[in-house]
Amino acid sequence: MQLLALENETLGWGATPVLSGVSLTVDQGERIALLGPSGVGKSTLLNAMRLRMTDRRVALVPQENGLVAQLSVFHNVWMGRLDDFGTARNMRTLLWPVGHERAEVDAVLARTGLNGLGRRRVSTLSGGQKQRVALSRALLRGGDVVIADEPVSAVDPAQSRELLTLIEASFATSILALHDVQLALDHATRIIGLGRGGIVLDAPSADLTIPDLMGLYA
Amino acid sequence: MSLTGRHILLALVASALIALGFANLTAGGPDPWITLGRIGAGLITPDFSDYTLLANAALLTVAFAFCGVAFGATFGLLLAPFYRLRRVRLPCITIRALHEIFWALLLLNVSGLSPLTGVLAIGLPYTGIFAKVFSEYLDEAEAQAEAALPHAHSTLIRLLWVRLPACLPQIGTYTLYRLECGLRSSAVLGFIGLPTLGFHLESFFKQAHYSQAAAALFIFMALILPLRRWVRWRLVPVFIAVSIWLLSRVPYPPMGQGAALQFLNDLIPSPLRTGADWGKWLDKVLIDQALPGAIDTLTLSQLALAGATLIAAIAFPMIVPRVATRIGAAIGHGVLVIFRSTPEYMLAFVLLQILGPSMLPAILALALHNGAIIAHLLGRHAQDLTIRPDAPRGLTFWGWELFPRLTANFWALCLYRWEIILRESAIMGLLGIGTLGFYVQTNLQQLRMDRALILLAVTVLLTLLIDTLSRTLRRHMQEGRDLRIEKTRAIDDASAAPTPQGVCR
Repeated sequence: MQLLALENETLGWGATPVLSGVSLTVDQGERIALLGPSGVGKSTLLNAMRLRMTDRRVALVPQENGLVAQLSVFHNVWMGRLDDFGTARNMRTLLWPVGHERAEVDAVLARTGLNGLGRRRVSTLSGGQKQRVALSRALLRGGDVVIADEPVSAVDPAQSRELLTLIEASFATSILALHDVQLALDHATRIIGLGRGGIVLDAPSADLTIPDLMGLYA
Repeated sequence: MSLTGRHILLALVASALIALGFANLTAGGPDPWITLGRIGAGLITPDFSDYTLLANAALLTVAFAFCGVAFGATFGLLLAPFYRLRRVRLPCITIRALHEIFWALLLLNVSGLSPLTGVLAIGLPYTGIFAKVFSEYLDEAEAQAEAALPHAHSTLIRLLWVRLPACLPQIGTYTLYRLECGLRSSAVLGFIGLPTLGFHLESFFKQAHYSQAAAALFIFMALILPLRRWVRWRLVPVFIAVSIWLLSRVPYPPMGQGAALQFLNDLIPSPLRTGADWGKWLDKVLIDQALPGAIDTLTLSQLALAGATLIAAIAFPMIVPRVATRIGAAIGHGVLVIFRSTPEYMLAFVLLQILGPSMLPAILALALHNGAIIAHLLGRHAQDLTIRPDAPRGLTFWGWELFPRLTANFWALCLYRWEIILRESAIMGLLGIGTLGFYVQTNLQQLRMDRALILLAVTVLLTLLIDTLSRTLRRHMQEGRDLRIEKTRAIDDASAAPTPQGVCR
């Protein structure tokens, strides 16, 4: 089943186009990795895809995590579900989180390796821990699709694999911007390469090798 | 232990509760709704028939503001490079600790109701403020000077070639903003007799001519709201020249010969001049006047600060479209800009006519004006935050994203307004509340300059005390925050401390 389609679109922020002539479709069950040098428009493309899927439940891991550093890990993770509840309930949770809410968040934290950190302020965490919090938020939210912008850039390679496996287990479809070519080949079923203001590569990862992909960064 | 917002909140609530015990909030007088109804009727039927009078007052309001701010900016800029010298810094701190109205009350005894009184009343405290702010700008530009002219040893060359040009844009922005404050000061000086809009506003109000009062108020708003549009830098020399010409044509009652000398002589404590008893004199001025005046001043300022904090917390999300929708935010901006632009003294005067004599009008006026300023600045900070695309909207957004991210800025701004609220609280005595201004004015009317001088000294000391306390608290909050976010400064968007520039005193 098709989730979204872009046809010869020009994408950008405001009046300045970042990507032009973008045509692609995304089907359910695909594991897509976006590759390309920084500043090439990966975030722009992810954002356009997100806006095309407003009818789906999408979990998001934005660049720089989008965390509220002054709040606890629990609060930041629970944020993934705020739109499931009304304002009054959300205000109550902000001030007095109850037992079952904490338990739900703790269950996710156990999977992302943040055991027992629910009450810690996010500002006291390391960069890698913060990324896990952002990922936990997406996992708690759940949904049909996950869109993640460099979700594992601040953790070591072994942990990266672990976390990507976790994402695959939790979402039927995933669209991830990555910077590690080997990681993309191992975890994605399809790779989209960006460069020169548009899509320069769109192929099943089974047909691709590392040298093919290194060309994107030349 | 680092200081957090929670500590400040506790201290604020505790001090407000204590202050409530001292405050007299029961308003006697006529039914407030009748007066409010009449003022409301006046506001929808403004009467501009006396337009020559109003136009003249409007021009003079602008002229006093231009001359006063030009005076302050010029001398402030000249003093700024020497601000690190103690003998420059201390006089600057002292002259800016005294409110414009206090300066005017003092100067009335030297230069009478002449235009010079008005210009100096604005210019002197502003000199102290400009000197401090400009010196901070120059210090920030020092690093640039070091990089650009490493071998130039002459301080003057570095100042004129690098440091001054580097901070010229900031100086311009700040001066423009100060002009807005100057316009407010100028209008308020009318309340003590100078021929600006405040003078007519007061007399119309006291005669219950609300339609004419509304006209004066609207003209003031029409001047101050679009200030940044009609003040063009290229035209500023023309504005100043015209202002000087306008002020030079203002008629004023002549002062007697030797008024200045007489005034200086009267400043000497009477026991020294006449051999009166020191004990009695000190008892009168310190125990009977300074002490109750200081208590009332502190009472008013703590209640006003608590009110401003509450109003700011509630009002700032109203100008954020993600919370209040686009139309709601536009309305919110409109309400805030009116309370920001109306001088607190004028607001207190109007509320006093409605609510009758008690501390309540002054508390409300200070809380509304300062709350609106804090809310405006926080709202602007909120626009600068990077918010993730799937963040919630409405009140949930306020509670879960905006407020937590901006708490540190929020408390820093509230603490920053504290000292300003105290200065204004002292002045509110002129409206008949028992703060220090009341006793200052009483003594000046009885020509007891020596006592007035002591009371003004107490006012200055109280202002400096609160200023130091506020600075210390802000620094401690800052330190705590820096420790916690050491590694993530770049990511943590709330770490940008609010800059005092662009914040009205």
